Amino acid sequence: MSTKLSNAQIAWRAAQDIEDGAYVNLGIGFPEMVAKFQPPGRQAIFHTENGVLNFGESPAEGEEDWDLINAGKKAITLKPGAAFFHHADSFAMVRGGHLDVAILGTYEVAENGDLANWSTGPKGVPAVGGAMDLVHGAKRVAVITDHVTKEGKPKLVKRCTLPLTGVGCVTRIYSSLAVIDIENQRFVLREKLPALSIEDLQAVTGAELVIPGPVGDLIAPEV
Amino acid sequence: MDKTVPDLATAVAGIEDDMVLMVGGFGGSGAPIELIHALIDRFKATGSPKNLTIVNNNAGNGRIGIAAMIDVGMVKKMICSFPRSADPRAFTEKYLAGEIGLELVPQGTLAERIRAGGAGIPAFYTPASFGTDVAKGKPVAEFDGKSYVQERWLKADAALIKAELADTMGNLTYRKAARNFSPLMAAAAKVTIVQATKIVSPGEIDPEGVITPGIFVDRVVEVTDAKQEEALMREGVAYA
Repeated sequence: MSTKLSNAQIAWRAAQDIEDGAYVNLGIGFPEMVAKFQPPGRQAIFHTENGVLNFGESPAEGEEDWDLINAGKKAITLKPGAAFFHHADSFAMVRGGHLDVAILGTYEVAENGDLANWSTGPKGVPAVGGAMDLVHGAKRVAVITDHVTKEGKPKLVKRCTLPLTGVGCVTRIYSSLAVIDIENQRFVLREKLPALSIEDLQAVTGAELVIPGPVGDLIAPEV
Repeated sequence: MDKTVPDLATAVAGIEDDMVLMVGGFGGSGAPIELIHALIDRFKATGSPKNLTIVNNNAGNGRIGIAAMIDVGMVKKMICSFPRSADPRAFTEKYLAGEIGLELVPQGTLAERIRAGGAGIPAFYTPASFGTDVAKGKPVAEFDGKSYVQERWLKADAALIKAELADTMGNLTYRKAARNFSPLMAAAAKVTIVQATKIVSPGEIDPEGVITPGIFVDRVVEVTDAKQEEALMREGVAYA
């Protein structure tokens, strides 16, 4: 058994918690992968900031319509029951509490729910897009992430050191090692890889893991 | 009541140095490439308009559209949410050299500031950016136990918009996701200039289907074979 989940497996695990009929926004990049792993019999309605509800997969190469793209500027297709709307309506859906789930990537997430996912510091060209809006309003704001950085440092931290995207906004973390809820400004451990001890998980987590009840096994199929 | 103009040069007349210009589109979807290039043509011939402040979600891609305006030196400042793209050279080079300004605005805040500008609402409160660097210096207030940031309206001297259908009275429809910021910008600019793929007579657009009512539109020019930014990129076109 692998010592951590692949990105696809993290996306698979996050997809298992999306209910049938949920309105969902997936951040650009890694979170877009979640759409591929909807459980059979469930259909979420995906929202993209640039004004489309209920879009589907990418069209075949050569079939693109460049008026029909997602927030990542990739060509998309429509499902029956899709809708177009302008940007102010799109963000009314976001901030107005109409989305059930937003799933984002992250650089750091803190035990108090603070999220840092838009800037790694003052170098280069800053770009924020819709992230600062998306973290407010959705009923659940989840992040999917490797548990540690490429250098092995915790991405789940006591307090963020990078520029914040939002304050106290994250409700659940799907990492390569565990599923963790944020409740009362603490990391609450819900699931972990079966082969990983709680001590070893704590050692790569930057703030205390609270364990109020049984910890489930985090098992994802090879996807 | 006929708002049509005969050509692109006439459509963009009156856009002068130092103006604030809203440009519709999200990436290439809805980008009014032909209107932008008409403005670049005038700049190349006369040296004006320059020192423009451009409001758009992005800051151009490749060597066409807004990127070409930046390349040739027409743009003083961008107000946008995401100044990155597949090929962001034009903005990135000038930004890192300190030759262009940037006001970075969260995307939903940008949309709402433009909406407020068109709706006569000078300021509003949003949860977006509270507690972040983007909110520094802005007033904050608590409503029902939650903290919000005050944002100001955004208005422009002119807006450049791409529509699908326009009637001669300026009623507009858009194609698919090309709508994005355009209906908001049409209301927030003193002069709203539209390139439409087809111009029809009043009555030919079902009133139920009008997305931007003609009251927000000043000039309409027909561009039947409008180019897509993405298609031009793939062809390697450079307009700078």
